Amino acid sequence: MKVVLKNLTKRFPSRDKNHPEDVIAVNNFDFTIEDGKLVGLLGPSGCGKSTTLNLISGLEKPTAGQIFFGEDDVTKLPPENRGIGLVFQNYALYPHLTVRQNILFPLQNLKGKDKMSKPDMEKAALEAAKLVQIDSLMARKPSELSGGQQQRVAIARALVKMPRVLLLDEPLSNLDARLRLQTREEIRRIQKETGITTIFVTHDQEEAMSICDELVVMKDGVIHQIGAPQSVYDDPKNLFVAMFLGTPQINVFDGVVKAGKLYIGEEAVLDVEGVRDGSVSVGIRPEGFKHDENGAFTLKLERIEVMGRDISVIAHHDKCRQADIRAIISSESNIDLGKGTVSFNLNPRKVFVFDDRTDERLF
Amino acid sequence: MESTVKSNLKAWLYLLPALLFLGAFMVYPLIDVFIYSFEEGYNSASQTSFGTGIYNYSYVLHDPYFLQALKNTLILVAITVPVSTILSLLISLGLNRISKLKELFQTIYFLPYVTNTLAVGLVFMILFKKTAYTDGMINFLITAFGGKSVDFIEGPYWAKMMVLCIYTVWIVMPFKVLVLTSSLASVNPIYYSAARVDGTSNTRIFFRITLPMISPMIFYLVITGFIGAFKAYSDAVALFGTNLNVAEMNTIVGYVYDMLYGDSGGYPSYASAAAIILFSIVLTITVINLLVRNRGVVKG
Repeated sequence: MKVVLKNLTKRFPSRDKNHPEDVIAVNNFDFTIEDGKLVGLLGPSGCGKSTTLNLISGLEKPTAGQIFFGEDDVTKLPPENRGIGLVFQNYALYPHLTVRQNILFPLQNLKGKDKMSKPDMEKAALEAAKLVQIDSLMARKPSELSGGQQQRVAIARALVKMPRVLLLDEPLSNLDARLRLQTREEIRRIQKETGITTIFVTHDQEEAMSICDELVVMKDGVIHQIGAPQSVYDDPKNLFVAMFLGTPQINVFDGVVKAGKLYIGEEAVLDVEGVRDGSVSVGIRPEGFKHDENGAFTLKLERIEVMGRDISVIAHHDKCRQADIRAIISSESNIDLGKGTVSFNLNPRKVFVFDDRTDERLF
Repeated sequence: MESTVKSNLKAWLYLLPALLFLGAFMVYPLIDVFIYSFEEGYNSASQTSFGTGIYNYSYVLHDPYFLQALKNTLILVAITVPVSTILSLLISLGLNRISKLKELFQTIYFLPYVTNTLAVGLVFMILFKKTAYTDGMINFLITAFGGKSVDFIEGPYWAKMMVLCIYTVWIVMPFKVLVLTSSLASVNPIYYSAARVDGTSNTRIFFRITLPMISPMIFYLVITGFIGAFKAYSDAVALFGTNLNVAEMNTIVGYVYDMLYGDSGGYPSYASAAAIILFSIVLTITVINLLVRNRGVVKG
């Protein structure tokens, strides 16, 4: 099911007496999610991503704008008539019901022509349970399950009615690191198997990058960039997106452009044809450094961390906005620790130049 | 080994003051009552008795006043416990729904709890009692709607029992409303959101989600409600005065009191036997309650 948001806006009345103006949680959202895609709403906390999800689910009413599922305008429909499955951050499994009863619960609510016979319900519940591989745990109570298993039950409960759209609110945030890796693969598999359009909310960029077909990067209720994870990473529109995606984080410097050359401090580190002269912000991805004894860019060496495949070089530079600069280079490079400095050439595809006032990308 | 003995000793030493206190003022009297109930014709002045046996129980169980008190108490329990619990639940659900004036209504519902029993009794007298000058507020209403006035305080048995039941429900409800309102508020709203997304009807939300989740509190209220109703006495006094046997409104605790200190009193053996009978009834009901609870209630 295609999901279309049109000029979607949500304002909350302010609770702060000193700032009586409304809080705009979602500001004029306009985007389309194609049928069968897995889309991640990504942003720091307070960016409005959960509000967006609640608007799509119908738990919140938008202040302005419309939501379409396919051709249907669902803006005014209550959640139960939208055909959505929702997985809550803390799963919201009913603690007094068994796994089986939890999964059956949505089916037992069906009325009129949708009403199912008991054997059909049992069959549907078992199918959903099999899909998430918890069919052997049907008689247990949620308190007798691990976090990962509870998560699966919640997904099964959301899927059992065959929703048109599946919504997941921070699906992995309550799991430990190992389970998180496993579960995100699992979500990807389930989504592929069912082909249900899935939207999930996360603040973890790694999580979003690894499983999404498409990313929506948000901040302060505004969409900053939409695109496939790799393209957003390789081609960020502004400094916020560049800094939000990628671990280790991108290194940001104060630079100056003069006659098509980018200067950081005294050194001309890169040719940047077509960029206007003046001061700029420069983002360099950790993997954008190429070790070269005679390189154009010299940093004060702090230490190196060997991580097997790679070496992480930690260095300083007066013009860097962060305390440490992190460069990741091949472990075959020989770095002379005694020298106190280290020089690099830069990979132009990993260097981004931003306007120092608007933070918009220039190069 | 030695250190565990030492630390055990230390623990007992810490417990000693409490144990002495509980022993002297709770355990010893309980045992004493039990012994009295089997000593025939015990005289507290001379501290002598004729012998031991079950005559006291036989006497009490054949005493028409006791049987009247037992009947009154059972009726009171059977009516007031379910009625007060269900009414409190309805009121709490209502309180939980409204946002405006919620605190005001909570305060109003809680007021009877902090009001003196006898003062409440006085108010009920004004509402229900017939005097030479007035028929009372309730009778005024009854006659206004074309009914016949009833003497609720000195009239027929059912009228007096009704007043006692209304009075008891009114007295015990505030605490239940307080407990249920807070336990309803403690149900995580996420469950209601989840139920809403699944299109659950309000009735189903109440019976399948809300009620199971607050069931531990309801059971607590039912058990303490039973115990409280079995121990009723002051309510009857507030309404009908101290001569409850004549008013046919005595309760078991009232009977025990009369046997000890009433006009026909001075029989600690009979009082003890009646107290032990009351104790066994309450114990039985509580055990049944706990058995039901362990089978039906959500834990954790």
